[in-house]
Amino acid sequence: MKISLNNLKEKLNYECLSGEAWLDRVVDGAYVSDLLSDVMGKAEPGMIWITSQVHKNIVAVASLKELSAIIVVNERKVDPEVLEQAELEEVAILASGKPAFETAGELYQIIRL
Amino acid sequence: MKIEYHIEGGNFSAAGSASSEIKKILKQFNISPFLLRRIAVALYESEMNVVAHAYRGIMRVEIQPSGIRVVVEDEGPGIEDIEKAMEEGFSTATEEVRQMGFGAGMGLPNIKKNSDEMRLVSSPGEGTRLAFSVNF
Repeated sequence: MKISLNNLKEKLNYECLSGEAWLDRVVDGAYVSDLLSDVMGKAEPGMIWITSQVHKNIVAVASLKELSAIIVVNERKVDPEVLEQAELEEVAILASGKPAFETAGELYQIIRL
Repeated sequence: MKIEYHIEGGNFSAAGSASSEIKKILKQFNISPFLLRRIAVALYESEMNVVAHAYRGIMRVEIQPSGIRVVVEDEGPGIEDIEKAMEEGFSTATEEVRQMGFGAGMGLPNIKKNSDEMRLVSSPGEGTRLAFSVNF
């Protein structure tokens, strides 16, 4: 199912950490990985990226791969510097507040074909 | 059009900026989104290799009507066994670098997959030279 980040955020109670202005983006699938080169190699544009990485390089990966958003799992704190960079590069970062398994499971229920 | 970027080894916070800059420049040309993404992957991985493994490097990019050619030369430890380095999953990255999600051993294979031609030469103890091109 095609769904916007805004709708997902409401349904799954995500917190928006950056890129409020880009939440009308339509999500086209998702990819779960903490390995950056794995995401570079395998993720497709429009996908949501579920990860527990919170350092600055996730912004470059999401931007270069044209992903729809990054969902940070658990209660991982994201540095203001990272969020600033995300705003600059038009990258939406959401926080699920749940572990990766639950985050992916809930998302799968909604966007699976 | 020729562009040159200096890449600082170990500086993870600036990492990816050269690739992002080049992608922005390429967007002004009439290049398909598919090719643009392939180029972005190859650029990023080659930039990260310098950041994660070398002391410093220079990325030279040449954009022509027929395609893009990129040469990345670094001063660093070099690669002992290039064949092994090309294997998916093989990496010599430090534990610290791995914890950031780098060092999955997919960088070089990603460059190969996303370019039309790739050449890698290295002198262990001195540095590495990577060249790749993508045709438009």
